Formats: sequence, C-alpha cells, structure tokens
Amino acid sequence: MITVYVENQPYPVEPGDRNLLAVCLSLGFDLPYFCWHPALHSVGACRQCAVKLFKDESDTQGRLIMACMTPVKDGMRISIADPEAAAFRAGVVEWLMVNHPHDCPVCDEGGECHLQDMTVMTGHVRRRYRFTKRTHRNQDLGPFINHEMNRCIQCYRCLRFYRDYAGGRDFDVMGWHDDVYFGRHADGALENEFSGNLVEVCPTGVFTDKTMKPHPVRKWNLQTAPSICVHCGLGCNTLAGERYGKLRRILSRYNPNVNGYFLCDRGRFGYEFVNSPRRLRQPCLRGADGDRPAVGPAAAVARVAGIIRGGKAIGIGSPRGSLEGNFALRELVGPDRFFHGVPDRELELVRLALALARQGTAPLASLQEAAACDAVFVLGEDVTNTAPMLALALRQAVRHKPAELATRQRIHAWDSLAIRDAGQQAQGPCFIATADQTRLDDIATATYRAAPDDLARLGFAVAHALDPSSPDVPNLPPDLAAWAQRAADGLKAGQRPLVVAGTGGASAALLPAAANIAWALIKAGRPAQLCLTVPECNSLGSALLDGGGLESALAALRQGDVDTVVVLENDLYRRLPAAAAAELLAARHVIVLDHLATATTAAAEVVLPAATFAESSGTLVNNEGRAQRFFQVFVPEDGIRASWRWLADLIVAAGRAPAAPWRNLDELLSALSAAMPVFKDLRAVAPPADFRMDGQKIPRQPPRYSGRTAMTVHRDIHEPQPPDDADTPLAFSMEGQPGHPPPALIQRYWAPGWNSAQALNKFQQEVGGPLQGDAPGRRLLAAAAGAAPPYFADVPPAFAARAGEWLFLPAHHIYGAEELSSVSAGVAQRAPRPTVTVNDGEAERLGWAEGREVQVSVGDTVQRLPVKRSAQLPAGVAALPAGLSGQPWLPLPAWGKISTPSIPPVGGASATLRSMPSLRSTSSPASAPSAHSANQAPVPPGRRPGLQAGSSPSVREVPA
Amino acid sequence: MLTEQEQQAIGEELRHYPQPRAAVSEALKIVQRHRGWVSDESVRDIGAALDLTPAEVDSVATFYSMIFRRPVGRHVILICDSVSCWIMGANPLQAHLAATLGIQPGATTADGRFTLLPCACLGACDRAPALMIDDDLHVDLTLEKLGELLEKYA
Ligand code: SF4
Ligand code: SF4
Ligand code: FES
Ligand code: FES
Repeated sequence: MITVYVENQPYPVEPGDRNLLAVCLSLGFDLPYFCWHPALHSVGACRQCAVKLFKDESDTQGRLIMACMTPVKDGMRISIADPEAAAFRAGVVEWLMVNHPHDCPVCDEGGECHLQDMTVMTGHVRRRYRFTKRTHRNQDLGPFINHEMNRCIQCYRCLRFYRDYAGGRDFDVMGWHDDVYFGRHADGALENEFSGNLVEVCPTGVFTDKTMKPHPVRKWNLQTAPSICVHCGLGCNTLAGERYGKLRRILSRYNPNVNGYFLCDRGRFGYEFVNSPRRLRQPCLRGADGDRPAVGPAAAVARVAGIIRGGKAIGIGSPRGSLEGNFALRELVGPDRFFHGVPDRELELVRLALALARQGTAPLASLQEAAACDAVFVLGEDVTNTAPMLALALRQAVRHKPAELATRQRIHAWDSLAIRDAGQQAQGPCFIATADQTRLDDIATATYRAAPDDLARLGFAVAHALDPSSPDVPNLPPDLAAWAQRAADGLKAGQRPLVVAGTGGASAALLPAAANIAWALIKAGRPAQLCLTVPECNSLGSALLDGGGLESALAALRQGDVDTVVVLENDLYRRLPAAAAAELLAARHVIVLDHLATATTAAAEVVLPAATFAESSGTLVNNEGRAQRFFQVFVPEDGIRASWRWLADLIVAAGRAPAAPWRNLDELLSALSAAMPVFKDLRAVAPPADFRMDGQKIPRQPPRYSGRTAMTVHRDIHEPQPPDDADTPLAFSMEGQPGHPPPALIQRYWAPGWNSAQALNKFQQEVGGPLQGDAPGRRLLAAAAGAAPPYFADVPPAFAARAGEWLFLPAHHIYGAEELSSVSAGVAQRAPRPTVTVNDGEAERLGWAEGREVQVSVGDTVQRLPVKRSAQLPAGVAALPAGLSGQPWLPLPAWGKISTPSIPPVGGASATLRSMPSLRSTSSPASAPSAHSANQAPVPPGRRPGLQAGSSPSVREVPA
Repeated sequence: MLTEQEQQAIGEELRHYPQPRAAVSEALKIVQRHRGWVSDESVRDIGAALDLTPAEVDSVATFYSMIFRRPVGRHVILICDSVSCWIMGANPLQAHLAATLGIQPGATTADGRFTLLPCACLGACDRAPALMIDDDLHVDLTLEKLGELLEKYA
C-alpha cells in the first residue's frame, strides 16, 4: 500500500499505474470530471478535474494539476477542497456552459445528467454570460439516437468511444475553435452497432435514446430492476425501466465479467417488443366455431388440464425461454416427453459447444476474458451479427499491442491519447476466416474467405501447424498452408490467445476445428481460451436439460403416441420448414405459451399469455455457461403470467402433483438444483427472496417516484397496496432499503450528488473494477482438469462446388435476425432487405446486376429475391438472410438453385413466397422489414451541419 | 467525380506518405485549387481516393478555415483584422470594402466576383494594414488604394 494525502489526511492506496482522478473517485471523493471515462481513460481535455498538488508538508502554495493526467505516487499530497482549485473547477464549468442552452426541462437527460451533477458539484450556480450562443443544426442519426448538438461541452467522449473503442468511422468531429460539431458527414443512421452507448457515454443530452421519445420518463419516475438481455447468447446485463405498464428503456448494467459498461444496439433498443400491439394479454380458447375468445385464467387452466389429464402430451421448450420455464414444462409432460424447441442440427451444435466446455482443456472465455486476450482467431463466425458485444470485446483485444508499445515508452496505461500516438497503426494479431466479409475485417491481420468446410479445414491446418500430432489436412493448397502457418505463429506469439467459433457458422466441423486449435495452443504452453457463440439467450441453458430436438418431437408425433403438443415461448415456423411446423401443430390439441401472436399461436387451441423478461423473474445461461438472474420489472395489469407459473398450475390441475410443486421462484430453483447436478449452484446466482437489507426489501422505485397516489385514481381513489413479490427480494414500491444492494440486485445507479449513470463509481470497489459485494451470476461449466482430450480427427473433405447449384449459407444480421428485437420499431427499421448474396464474378458471368431479381429454390421453397453481389463470398456458395421476419425458414446450410425467372412477378415485389404458411399473416406490419434508406438520402451539396458563421474567419457558411 | 488532373495530383501526393490518410489535407487543397471550394461530393470523392470515410475527410476539411466548404466568388479577399492591422486602421478599411462590394464580411457579391473574409494576421504586420486577394498580398493599404486594387480582379 502507498499513501496519498488528501487535505492532509493519509489514505492507503493500492500501488499500481493509476491516475489521481481514478484514485480520488475510488476513495469516495466527489471530484468532478467530464472527459475521463473508466473504459476510455484520460485525455485531459475538459480541465474539470483540477486539484492542488503540494510538494511536501511545508508547501502551502501548491499548484493546480489535472488529476486525470497525473500518476499517483507514494506520499503525494493533494487538496480537492483548496479554494483556488475549487474556483478553477467552477470557472471551467462556467465556460463549458457558455454555449449550453440550459434547456434541462425539455432535455431527456434532465435528472440523470452528468453535466447537471458536475455543475452543482462545482458550485457554479449563477449564469453570468448574457450574449448570443452558438447554435448548431442537428442531424437525423437514425431510429436509435436523438441528436441535440447545442448541448455539447466538447469533452470528446463520444468520438473516443465511437471511433477509438467501437471502430466506427461514419461519425467524427467537425469544425474547430469554439465551433466544434460531433456528427456525421450527412444525415443518416449511425452505422456502428454500438451507437447506443453514446446515450450513456455523453455526459450531457446531446445523444439521447430516441426510442424513448414516444414514451418519455424521468429517471426518478422509473421503476427499474436488474435484467439480462434476451437478444443473443452473450447475456449482457441490463437495467430495465418501466412506468404506466410500459417498458420504457434499457440501460447497460455494469458487470465487469460480462458486458462491462456497454451494450449493443440490438440489446439496448430491442426491448419494445414488450409493448408491442402483438402482445398476447389474455388467455384464449378456441371454441367450436374456431373463434378464440379471451377467458379468465381459471377457465384456461381448467381447459388445458382437461386436455393433458386425458391425453398424451409432449412439450416443446424454448432457447429463448428461461431455465425455469423449460424445466416446468419438462415437469408437466415428463422428462422423456420433453423436446427442445430447436432443430436437431442446432441442438447438436449447442451440445457440442457444451461438450467442448466440459471435456476440453481450454476454458470458455467470458466477454471480459475475450477482451483481455492478445491474439485472436475467428473461425467461421460473423461475430458482429451473431454475438455483437463479442465483436466489441475483440476490438479491445487487438488494442493491447499499441498499449504494450506505449508501456515500453513509459507511457501510462491510462494515457489514452499518448497510447494512440505511440501505437500508430499497430494492432494485435487477429485472423478472421469466414465465408463472407465481416464488420470486423478492419481489425484483421489477415482474412480468409471460403465455404464452411474449407474454413474448418483451415482450422484443422492451423491446429496441425501448432501441434504436428494433431490431424493433418490432406490436399491443402500451399497458399492455404502458408496462411495457416502465419495464423499459428500469430496465435503462438500471444500471451493469451483466443479462438472464436460458434453455431452461426453453419458447419458442425467448425467447432471441433476451433477446439483443436485451442487445445494445441494449450499443449504449447499458452493459456488459450475458446469463445463459442450460441444462437439465443438460453440456448446453452436449455440444452443442459436432456431431450431431443424438433425432428425428434416430430418423430414421436408420427409414432402416434402423442395427441397434445405444448409449446413454450416458441414460434415453430421460425425453426422448421413450414410443412413440418404445420404437421406438429396439427396435433389434436395444441397449447402455446408465448409473448407475441405468431403463426404458432394462431394454430393453437389454447394460448396462454407468457410474461417476458420484464414481467417475470428467472434464470438464463449464457454462451460461457454463466447462469444469470433477471428480475421482474413490473406487474402487468392483464392476464400475463410467467410461463412457469402457468405450468405449475397446470401440473396441479392435470393431477400430475397433489399440490403446487413450487409456489415461488426459490422453490422452483431448489427443485431444479436437486434435479440435475449441473444446476446445483443455481440458487447462488442471486440472493433469494427472503434476503433483506436491514430487515427491508430493495425498492424498485426511487425515493422520489412521483404520482404514486394519483396514477390509478381514474379507476379508484384508494391507493392500491403495492403488489407483493414472492420471488425476489425486490419490492414494487418506493419503500425499502435505499442503500447499495448486492451486485445481482442493483436496480439503478444513484448516489447523493450523482444522478447520472456515472453514480456507478460509488458501487464499485474501485472505479472500473469489481462491484462491492459478491459478483453476480455463477458459471455452471468448468474446463476438464488434467489430460487433454484426443484431438478431433474428422477433417471434412474440401468444398466441391456443384454445377448449377449453390450451397446456401445463413447470413446473420444484428437487426432483424433475432425474433423478439425485430418486433421493435427501431430495430425493424434497421433490418436489411432480404437478398441473396452471390459471388461477384459468378454474378458477372451470369449477367446478374446488383438488385436483379432471381428465383431461389431450396428444397421445395421458392422465393424471389434481389441479388446482392459480394466480392468476397466464394463462388459456389450463396447466402440467404437468417431469421428475417417474413422470410420462410430454411434448413441452412442447404444446396439449392438460383434461376432467372422468365416471367416477371406481378407487382415486382422483392420476396414472393410460395411455401409460406397462411398463418404468417398474423405478423403485424411492424415486424415487416421496412425499406432501409437512412443512408441513401441524397444530400444537397453545400449543406453542412451546424457550422454557423461566427466572428471567426470561417468561410464555411458563406451563402452560396 | 474527381478530374483526371486532380486524381493525378492526389496520386502524386500519396507517394510521399506511408498512410493514404496523411495526404488528406493536400488532396483538399488540390480540389480547392481546381474548383475554388470543396463540395460534399468532393469530400466523398476524396474519401474514396484515400480509403477514408466522408466523415473522416470532413473532419479535416472543416478544421481548416482556408478549406472552403461553401462556394466562394472568383476572387477571395482575406482582410486582416488582427491587432497590428487594427491599430493601423483595418476597421474602416473593412467597412469601406464591405460598402463598396455591397456585402457583409463572410459573403459573396451577387455577381460572384468577390468573397470577403476577415482573417487573423497575414504575417505582414510590419506593413499593416494588409489584405490578400487570391494569392497576392497587398500591404500599406489606404482607402484610396483599395479602389484601383479591386479593378485588377475581374
Ligand atoms: S457530444 Fe457529448 S460526448 Fe460528445 S463531445 Fe459533446 S458533450 Fe462530449
Ligand atoms: S451482445 Fe447480445 S446479449 Fe449483449 S446486448 Fe447485444 S444482443 Fe444483448
Ligand atoms: S477529466 Fe481530467 S481533464 Fe477532463
Ligand atoms: S496583424 Fe494584420 S498582418 Fe499581422
């Protein structure tokens, strides 16, 4: 420990390369700052963090320094309260505020604004500036982000996040002097997949959440709970907020082991499906006439119980449903009649990932561990689109190299600009082998494009180059062998190499190849890790339960021993060919529990409205086997209930158990832990419902939550009793313990004087470090100790193109490929148009211009799609969008044909489907992919954002 | 579209730098030399030539006040309003110029002949007041001299 004296008091501080601002904040001092950010570090731009530094005890003068740019040293003496330092800080805020519009009442940031907090903290309370302010024209930055440039205080955080941290290149700083503008060259959606973080990174209201605009709310009026993102397999931690029965927004919830400070845009803006008009809100029964009136819960349960009691039911689970829901369904139908709601092929891939995690020597990397790696190999996975935040982590992984170069030049690890300058173009090794170009190619040392089997062969070749005892790849072309050798050398040179693969690459050979590489690296003494992506938020968790996939369910149905199908949170038309889905749903009785009306619910005899993540509590297991709890945010006013609650009632009503098997979440978790050893730690994922702080529950509503007595007065003048929460230690109330709960239960960040999200500093052991208290979540899987497993030896044969046929691969897209988020308006707006991607040369040869409509036939599904040409996708393979709503499900990868239809389609629609089930018509227009034209709007020449003629000799605004 | 001449000149500059982005300010100057100013389209074209995004090019273009992102007149008058010239009577000079041309500083005459821009020090303080028209520096200015000066620029 070293000692730092603040106001002449000694404070013990961990030794290490830290800046004084971080140390002061970690010690709990309120020192204002703007440009410093714990993940972006210091640039010393805003001059807000000034403190006095004294030479020694006898020095009474001292001098002003910027705390964020000063390394901490043993025996250092500083003063924060020093009048000169305090006056300086007040002065800085005053001039930062000179051009600020002071429009807090109409600003969405108001009430959770770092600028407000810092202004109050410095004591600058009276505005003296009485002159004209510079004003800017705002840009339309797409459906996610609202732009209000006048509020900018030029801290440069946005640019440092967007460009330096997230790799975005369509956003920059324009202008100079006091006329600086942060935006795009022209109006248009921000292209970077992490743009939503600007909402939290910007200390003012320049960038705010545009999806919240139609349902705005102040932070102090939000009922919030800790949650887990349900939009991919990574399990990023979120804070979800509600008011008046509507989910209002998602913020990032800091978890240093998972998503850190950030979220991807699918995760942040995909929440609006919860408020969708397509939500199922009451149980429905189909009558004799086929009509399905809504009924009360008792009638619905009675009907289903009758069906199940007399019949032979199977259950179809869900990779997007909680562990609790899947387990409850399995309990209702019996373990050997429970099937996973995914095709067998996908289930096998996920189980393979599980096997690699358990039997292999290479541990599965968390997002934080991935970001800490210094050499990366991506095999077959389009990470930005299948596991977005992993792409952000990999961007950080390649930045260790410049940081190391800088350290050698004795530059501090937090001196962000100096590192950037010292590192110049240096990047750590990152090899990307995928079928088509990816959004990470800009950080790649080398890329390689091939069909999945060839990618797997390359992977095996890299492993063989690392360890000759691993299987060799026959007939490897010399250039490929050289590429493999280079990748092997690059990985071996790393101290912490990482191999990334996943289920999105559409080949069962990719995961074994990736595993061989990681295991070979471990054999060579490198602490290699594997990072495996899975399709959905609980793909891995649900796969831990036994049972086959959908084809097995179909087989069971065909054997005739089944007359009832219970479907949990699943639209089978997104999982199976339409005919197969229809066959399953043609069972005598179909019961569906889900959030939204889908083609599957349309086929059901009974529909039970299931709670989303926002209306229930439960557990999800992410791609690295980390079980994490999400907590109910609000109590829905209608018939919506957690799936497991419906199923518990059914178990009793159908006579499967004499009494409710579980009355609350903890009882269900106990049953789950007892049922399977892998779940034994499940109750430790978060504190149980009887956890109390000072004998009190933890309030979901802030102490200033307003209107509580008035908000229901139109129905009843008596203030209702807050609903009880039997499942969690959180209360649907403002009453309770206002202090800092354990990390798994943190429902919002707030501390006296810190109303913005940056109050988080006060919840961490040290800024940027672990949270105070037990880390949330539990990892359920551990790598095998001891001997390495034998290498996988099934090297696939080289890809052989077929004359007149293409191997169709799935093309994933962050917006639109995931079922729930694509119902949200903003995400739907960013979804791509369906296209078929083909090799450029091939298209040229066949005379297919970009956008030309062709007929694509896979199996008996025929659709018309415009051609998208890719210079990189190899010849002989083509790509079709995966999961886009309105598109038929296809068993990709699959062989098929592309032809040029001789008769133009009527109306020239881009996707005319022949084999679509008529039931699809239940999808609302909101889910249809809309024309994405944000970037294509013509920009009139000479139209420049913001830069206004001032007194400077700028000619940028000379009228034409 | 960049003209062949512009492309060639930018290509020449590119040879001097290991990174194409280093040539961006030269490329902007080249385009401005040929066209008088840098349009949005040129920003995008320069980006394409240097493997930069339009935002990255614009960031540089808008930083330099002498890169014109709006059309200017055939001749650009830069009149110094910094301290030496101010002492030596730059203000009445600028007012006179503005009145003669019938435009405010920052504007272009209706006939597109002149754009009048104030600027801070032309490095000719010893012979203040000074102004520049296009590439010509004019010093020791007086109100009388101004009239004939403008005549030279059609
Ligand atoms: S827009 Fe926000 S983050 Fe960017 S410089 Fe301005 S105040 Fe800082
Ligand atoms: S990366 Fe995945 S889990 Fe994380 S925020 Fe995005 S969609 Fe959600
Ligand atoms: S936080 Fe230290 S200068 Fe901005
Ligand atoms: S002050 Fe006018 S030229 Fe220097």
